[in-house]
Amino acid sequence: MSAIHEDGVRLRTTSTLGARATLRRGVQISPQLLDGIVLTVVLAVLAAVGRVVVPIAVQLTVDTAILAPGGPVAGRVVQLTAVAAVGLVLAGAASALVNIRLFRSSEAGLAELRTRAFRHVHDLSALTQNTERRGSLVSRVTSDVDTISLFVQWGGIMLLVSVLQITVATVLMAVYSWQLTVLVWAAFLPLMIVLRPAQRRVSVAYGTVRERVGAMLGAISESVVGAETIRAYGVSERTQRRIDRAVRATRDAMVAAQVRVAVVFSSGVLVANTVLALVVVAGTLLGIDGSMTTGRLLAFLFLVQLFTGPVQLATEILNELQNAIAGWRRVIGVIDTRAEVTDLPDAVDSPRGPAHVELRGVSFAYPGGPRVLHGVDLDLPARAKVAVVGATGSGKTTLAKLVTRLADPSEGAVLLDGTDLRRVSLASLRRRVVLVPQEGFLFEGTVAQNVAYGARATWSADDDAARDAAVLGAFAELGLADWVAELPGGIGADVGQRGERLSAGERQLVALARAHLADADYLVLDEATSAVDPATEVRIARALDELTAGRGTLTIAHRLSTAEAADLVVVVDAGHVVQVGPHRRLLAEDGPYAAMHAAWLAQTR
Amino acid sequence: MRARPDTTDRAALSGGAVRRSLQLIWRGMSSQPRTYVLAVVTSALFGAMTVAVSQVLGRATDDVVVPALAGELDDRRSVWLAGAALLGVAVTLALAVAGRRIFAGIGYSDIQADHRRAVTRQYLRLPLSWHRSHPTGQLLSNASADVEAATGVFNPLPFAIGVVAMMGVATVALLRVDVWIAVTALSVLPLAVLANLVFQRYMSPAATRAQQLRADVADVAHESFEAALLVKSLGTEQREAERFAARTQQLRAANVHVGTVRAVFDPVIELLPSLGTLLVLVVGAYRAAAGEVGTGGIVSAAYLLTLMAVPVRAFGWVLGELPRGLVGHDRIARVLDATGELEPGTHRLPASRGGLAVELRDVEVAVPGAGGPQRILHDVSLSVPAGRTVAVVGVTGAGKTTLVSLLSRLQDPASGTVLLDGVDVRDVHPQDLTRDVALVAQNAFLFEDTVRANVTLADEDDPHAPDDEAVWDALRLARVDGVVRALPEGLDAPLGERGANLSGGQRQRIAIARALVRRPRLLVLDDATSAVDPRVEQEILAGLRRQGVTGPTVVMVAYRMSSVLLADEVVHLHAGTVVDQGTHAELLARDPGYRDLATAYQEESERRGALVEEEAR
Repeated sequence: MSAIHEDGVRLRTTSTLGARATLRRGVQISPQLLDGIVLTVVLAVLAAVGRVVVPIAVQLTVDTAILAPGGPVAGRVVQLTAVAAVGLVLAGAASALVNIRLFRSSEAGLAELRTRAFRHVHDLSALTQNTERRGSLVSRVTSDVDTISLFVQWGGIMLLVSVLQITVATVLMAVYSWQLTVLVWAAFLPLMIVLRPAQRRVSVAYGTVRERVGAMLGAISESVVGAETIRAYGVSERTQRRIDRAVRATRDAMVAAQVRVAVVFSSGVLVANTVLALVVVAGTLLGIDGSMTTGRLLAFLFLVQLFTGPVQLATEILNELQNAIAGWRRVIGVIDTRAEVTDLPDAVDSPRGPAHVELRGVSFAYPGGPRVLHGVDLDLPARAKVAVVGATGSGKTTLAKLVTRLADPSEGAVLLDGTDLRRVSLASLRRRVVLVPQEGFLFEGTVAQNVAYGARATWSADDDAARDAAVLGAFAELGLADWVAELPGGIGADVGQRGERLSAGERQLVALARAHLADADYLVLDEATSAVDPATEVRIARALDELTAGRGTLTIAHRLSTAEAADLVVVVDAGHVVQVGPHRRLLAEDGPYAAMHAAWLAQTR
Repeated sequence: MRARPDTTDRAALSGGAVRRSLQLIWRGMSSQPRTYVLAVVTSALFGAMTVAVSQVLGRATDDVVVPALAGELDDRRSVWLAGAALLGVAVTLALAVAGRRIFAGIGYSDIQADHRRAVTRQYLRLPLSWHRSHPTGQLLSNASADVEAATGVFNPLPFAIGVVAMMGVATVALLRVDVWIAVTALSVLPLAVLANLVFQRYMSPAATRAQQLRADVADVAHESFEAALLVKSLGTEQREAERFAARTQQLRAANVHVGTVRAVFDPVIELLPSLGTLLVLVVGAYRAAAGEVGTGGIVSAAYLLTLMAVPVRAFGWVLGELPRGLVGHDRIARVLDATGELEPGTHRLPASRGGLAVELRDVEVAVPGAGGPQRILHDVSLSVPAGRTVAVVGVTGAGKTTLVSLLSRLQDPASGTVLLDGVDVRDVHPQDLTRDVALVAQNAFLFEDTVRANVTLADEDDPHAPDDEAVWDALRLARVDGVVRALPEGLDAPLGERGANLSGGQRQRIAIARALVRRPRLLVLDDATSAVDPRVEQEILAGLRRQGVTGPTVVMVAYRMSSVLLADEVVHLHAGTVVDQGTHAELLARDPGYRDLATAYQEESERRGALVEEEAR
């Protein structure tokens, strides 16, 4: 459906790159993947050569010792197997080194991929983040990367070793008998051809599994996050039915995928063992003509085993590869989504001091949506306390987002001290202009940690006493010392995950103290005290007045007490600025503000 | 509170690691008896057929290949017969492999589904206090990652069982060839199993740590992305990236450690069967020299070892999954064995339209805190006559939410009673409670469903579900009908995850419509209109009042004086107890704390007015 509220840019669900381009781009992002790859491949070749030691030993022992003219020669067998054993151990050591080297390089590369994707998620504009499910963003930096790591570590090694093993086995088989080699390849080629579409079906099936698992976890999360509502309305049974349906759908998808895998895998087994029968028959018939010895034929059987193992394995690895590429595409999709709000190459640092904000002909539309702001011109003088009022959905919050450059205007420009915001370096902008959003988000930790978050600390990282003093000071300056005093545990109180141990109003108090410590030149408050009681709100408003004396604030509020206290009131209606001026003047005008204020008075008295 | 009725049937496993592992496996398998009988049979067939391949090959070597190549074979038909025998075994083997995998998959998927159903049933059964003491992330991972961990062992399990069968058959087959060759070949297998055990001993802690770190990385990402707006507004992207990178690097180190353990053990485990093959050749050569065994015997023994190289690893997989499985199972068991659901009452309230009378007597609510239980409410007594509207007013943190949550019995008081029409709320039948009492919480929770389903909370085919007319009425009363009408799909419009497609105020109004459509006798609004425009809020509350005598009793937590003025009475709550109860005018006159709250804006604007005038002078 088209979103009702804010339809933003959809994060690219996946990149549209082909498999090879995906791998190329993946390696480009994580060059560590190829660290020391040459030596690793050389070692892998040694490891693969080690695999043919046993078949060669079988051939030599049978032909030159056991079936030696004049009866078995046991001593020669001991010599041969001793040499073979040394070869095996060397190959094993090479194989261990290959594994370790691949793990080191792949983990380094994937850590890089994870970190870059994570950082990029934060760089994407607030619009993109809003519309994307957070769970799916998290999976981009967790399970999707894990899928790649599973492949690179397990599949990658096996694929490398398998390909080498097939090559070495083929070469050796050709040495023993080119006819049988052709026969083996002739039997396996159709399998390889048939397996490709089958593998595609397998990967489609796994895609369905992942989708259903996502939907199932969504349904399950409702039973946890919505626990209160479910109890209050007695809808446990219905919720359970919804979960059960999702669980069942996941189970069915898993079984369907497993059946497809079983068919693919067992057809590999069938072909492998059929080839065995073919080799025995054809080899014997060839041998009757004298072009084959028993030892060579037996070695061939062992070689077929070397050949079939990797081909069977390859069918599974290719599944992993497809999963990995799909995961890689999703992660690359994040990294390659252009961040709308970025630093221009010629961005300049904005010097600190009182901030003068101007909007010139600013229009804004959420991507794919109608305009929500129309040609807004505003001059917000330095040091002015500005209140923005208007009905829900009139565009107040959008205005706040543009002033803090969480989004760029579709038309027109926002200026900070005369410089277009797009040309101001983001680091200096965030230092000077800070937004306090309506929902005071808290990190898991103590009140003190949350308040200190984002502060340009003048104390050292491990100096908790200095930090606590600063935090207590911030609360005191906001007139909240008594609230802190009554809080069990004080500023050391654990706020729980996402601050859930505090009420919505208390979270806002912490968020306000946090913004205060961030010490910005310009504070944008988006209904930052909507959930606190009137007495506290008034107290905070007074405190903020003192604290922000000499600095500018832009406050979005639907309580008009804020407007009464402001130097300048901006009235927004349906995306247009309809009135601008001091409270008293607007009150005297026969406009929407006077009407709003009259209604507000009626509510408060 | 009551204990689980079947205390003997606890989900938690008991005893040492071996005993608990066996319990885990047995419980899983016996929960799907049909599937696992089939899985075990096909696995055993797979084991037998794998040995059969080497046996047929050995026979073919002795009876066909060696004579033929020596030019001693008269009848070429025996060559084709040997081929046909091998082909027959091949087909059976392939079918057995398919069966083994399919039944293993079914068993694994079914056990997983059972666990998920059981865990979510507990989520829906356990009280809110239990939910509040368990982080959301943990509960979600109980149903996902922990269930996967607890069931991981069932994927390779049938394979491992097949390998047991394979070893049995192989022993018999090898003994028939030659005792010495058999002893040589079979000596390798215990070594391989031992190597796997040592491997697991090193691997398990490493893998557990990596798993834990993977969860930590996900937690950091989840929290950080949820804080996205804050991070952006404070410009702390770099700080967050560093926090995430630190965890990622720990995970990298842990994964490399896992990889190194595997890198060292993998070649050792693979080497053993190969060395065994060489050993069989040596022993076989001596036995052949002694004339005790033919080439075929040696070949089949050697070949058998190469065939068994991979299957023997299945033990390693099972053993490797077990420690993880036990940890996962323990976590699930903590959910499954949790008790303390509120005992449902049995008293039926008469079906009636009018409001419910509400009374609280000496109510105390406490939560466990760092320094012993902390009282959130104490000595709360109040009474609301049927059909009245009462506003609960108090400063942030006074205990308002806790107070109103008692009315729909989201929790029970530690002491004291809550009475609805004179009946202790603990005795009221849950169906009647949810029919008559509707609570709209501070944070409106919406399901990922349509508008209609979010209002009715019923399935489409539910005969008791309110009809569309009733839904529209409720939407109209909640002043959200215009929003819904503007949607192309109307009532069928999906609202997205947690109602993401709506604004905060719209979500609140849908939640109010959800309460109103039930025509409750007690409506509890916990600051349920905080994000709604004041004018709209007025309309909603005034609409409720117009329902007159058939209207519900309304208890609302409110901040706006306009809302408070619509109430017949005000309850002033402070620091967990009732300071005063009476009309707005009464409290204004006699309760200074209330006066501060009620006149905060007014006084503030007067103070400002005075300041401005002073400046003007």
